[in-house]
Amino acid sequence: MLYFDHCASTPPYDEVIQTMMEVMRSQYANPSSLHRFGIDTNKLIERSRSLLAERMHTTKGDWLFTSGGTESNNLAIKGVARQYAGRGKHLITSQIEHASVYETFAQLEQEGFWVTYLPVSESGHVRVEQLEEALTEDTILVSIMHVNNEIGSIQPIEQIGRLLSRYPKTMFHVDAVQSMGKLPIPIEEWGVDLLSGSAHKLRGPKGIGYLYVRSGITLYPILSGGSHEHGIRPGTQNVPGIVASAKALRMSLEAMEQRERKMKLLRGKLISMISGIEELKLNGAEPIAPHIVHFSYPGMKPEVIVHMLEQHGIMASTKSACSSKDDKPSRVLLAIGATHEQATGGIRISLGDEHEERDIAALGDALRQIAQQLKPLERRLT
Amino acid sequence: MLYDQVVLRYGDLMVKGRNRNKFEKRMLEQVKQALLAYENVTYYKSFGRLFVLLNGHSHEPIVDRLKDLFGIVSLSPVVSTENDLEKIRAAALGLMQALPEKPKTFKVSAKRAWKTFPHTSQEMNHLVGGHVLHAIPDLKVNVSKPEVELRVDIQSEATYVFYEVIPGAGGFPFASNGKAMLLLSGGIDSPVAGWLALRKGLELEAVHFHSYPFTSEQAKDKVIELAKRLSYFSGEPIKLHLVPFTEIQTTLVQAKSDNLIITLMRRAMMRITEQLAERNGASGIVTGESLGQVASQTLPSMNVIGRATQLPQLKPLIMMDKHEIIRMAERIGTFETSILPFEDCCTLFLPKSPSTNPNLRIAEKIESLIPNYKQLLLDAVEGTEELLLTPMQQTTVQTAGEDSWF
Repeated sequence: MLYFDHCASTPPYDEVIQTMMEVMRSQYANPSSLHRFGIDTNKLIERSRSLLAERMHTTKGDWLFTSGGTESNNLAIKGVARQYAGRGKHLITSQIEHASVYETFAQLEQEGFWVTYLPVSESGHVRVEQLEEALTEDTILVSIMHVNNEIGSIQPIEQIGRLLSRYPKTMFHVDAVQSMGKLPIPIEEWGVDLLSGSAHKLRGPKGIGYLYVRSGITLYPILSGGSHEHGIRPGTQNVPGIVASAKALRMSLEAMEQRERKMKLLRGKLISMISGIEELKLNGAEPIAPHIVHFSYPGMKPEVIVHMLEQHGIMASTKSACSSKDDKPSRVLLAIGATHEQATGGIRISLGDEHEERDIAALGDALRQIAQQLKPLERRLT
Repeated sequence: MLYDQVVLRYGDLMVKGRNRNKFEKRMLEQVKQALLAYENVTYYKSFGRLFVLLNGHSHEPIVDRLKDLFGIVSLSPVVSTENDLEKIRAAALGLMQALPEKPKTFKVSAKRAWKTFPHTSQEMNHLVGGHVLHAIPDLKVNVSKPEVELRVDIQSEATYVFYEVIPGAGGFPFASNGKAMLLLSGGIDSPVAGWLALRKGLELEAVHFHSYPFTSEQAKDKVIELAKRLSYFSGEPIKLHLVPFTEIQTTLVQAKSDNLIITLMRRAMMRITEQLAERNGASGIVTGESLGQVASQTLPSMNVIGRATQLPQLKPLIMMDKHEIIRMAERIGTFETSILPFEDCCTLFLPKSPSTNPNLRIAEKIESLIPNYKQLLLDAVEGTEELLLTPMQQTTVQTAGEDSWF
């Protein structure tokens, strides 16, 4: 099997699995317990927290552990909006955010907030000037993703952070689920106030999210309960998951530079292969994440291509669940100006550590064959 | 434990004259199969009726299961007792006292099939009714509109006391009227057609056409679920034939006659199903067609499609309205599965304007021009995957992974 769906989830490192098992076996005490055993277990969590701070080079804030990227995004956005609603009720985000951000804002609109959804350029990038124009006296939060999960475009986080440094009332949240552990993110240098990540996207376990919160920011909790995670995220911590996720982050960061180089090389090869197939159309443009390639087959349902790739033993993904009766076009692709047809036909290839050039060649061959097979049926599959 | 037996009454079967024995035997087998999980249950057959002896099992789940079995007109949980006045009186009072809701009025309807019993039916109404009235304060007799009609059925072997007459699913017992192939698409209609066919005593094998990779694996799972649901009603495992239709479909698409494509596809399905029927000893094809519902279900369309096979085609929904079909689908518990949004091969390649009045000669002409068409159909038949499904069968989700993982 060739797995090209690393944006959806990644294979955990063996060492991470090992750690998870060992912690689960030996450190089963409740980290909130007062006895020695509980205190030791709690130390593991605190050590994981400090490891995150160390490796992500943060000194002016704290890391919280959540149940995943979705919860981190929800907690950051709702937490700020509800806590600081008294200062203003305007929020800014973009049209290409992940559903866990986009839908959170939609929910906040129901609660009486006013949200600006910034458009993006054809290459899939937010324009800083447009963001600046959208800012008002009432803006309390700007939330922009780092790497887009569908087309891979890298957003100008550094520039946005610089701009927002002139607006002390406005907090800056970054959804870094697709980039944490994969691209350098100097959080504090860039002026980011809150940042979300997810362990299973960087070869850690599922069910663990990271959330960086700059000190001085209070989040209104979503869950009510005990004083775990500083009372912001109550609930007994998933100790094995937390320890393993910290380890996964460390290992991912250590492999980052080398991986980035390799991914760029592989991505280049894949892109030239896809450009050679006339039926396929590449989406997105630089700056773009090194591990994501996105293309469309206009006039063809993407599920068909996913199924056909599977017959070649290749796993890739479409944006949407396999459903034709409501085959909604991708919101992200529509935002970059794709036609309705292109926006329903997107395929995402996401690369990982295990890939070599021959894997890319096999994928290219499979795509060429599939395009040839489908040619006579084009535009009949609607 | 109030009730000790459930009595099942047959209807249509009774008119079958000399065949009655065969039907009754089928009925018993079917009931046994359906109640396999209740190990202590035993059976007793008497003229036109079947008794399920509960032997300690509670009657509710058994009645619930039997309600869905075909060939049963009505059923009643009963208290049986010796043919002795005092014992009958005690049983009647016990039943009245155990009613979930206390009635204000009642009446006794006694029936004396065993004429040797010393009291007439009329006398029994008074003898039993008086005893109950005396024992339960505030209860009154109302002969014309009683809240509870307490029935006392005196047979030679025993007397049965009961008040509920629960309607059964009716029809004939499973497989008492031959075997047919059911075209099961995954939509709303075909499972309902299957249910109606089963009710008429047909044994069914289901046939589903899939076009992977153009259709999804989930569409297949959905059809498996529907077939399993049908097998719940028959009480027997159902065979599902999964026919690979991709080659045929893509070939037909390339024949470039868009408005006839549905007609051609349905004709191909008929031909394949005919071959499967032959191999499996079935003598008809059941479909979920309803007149005028879609382009392929106009009379001229059905004519051209039907000409592709010699087998009789049974279309139980032909004159029904969509909302009636939906209501039935809800009642038999297939609706929720049918409306899952995974498309089947019929909705693929759907042309903008499918013909409602196709021409047989043109359809035949196009088919004759397809190279190796016969072989293509045969390949589909040969490539058909068979699954034997029972209602209890586990889904892929339930069997995923290895046991030791969980």
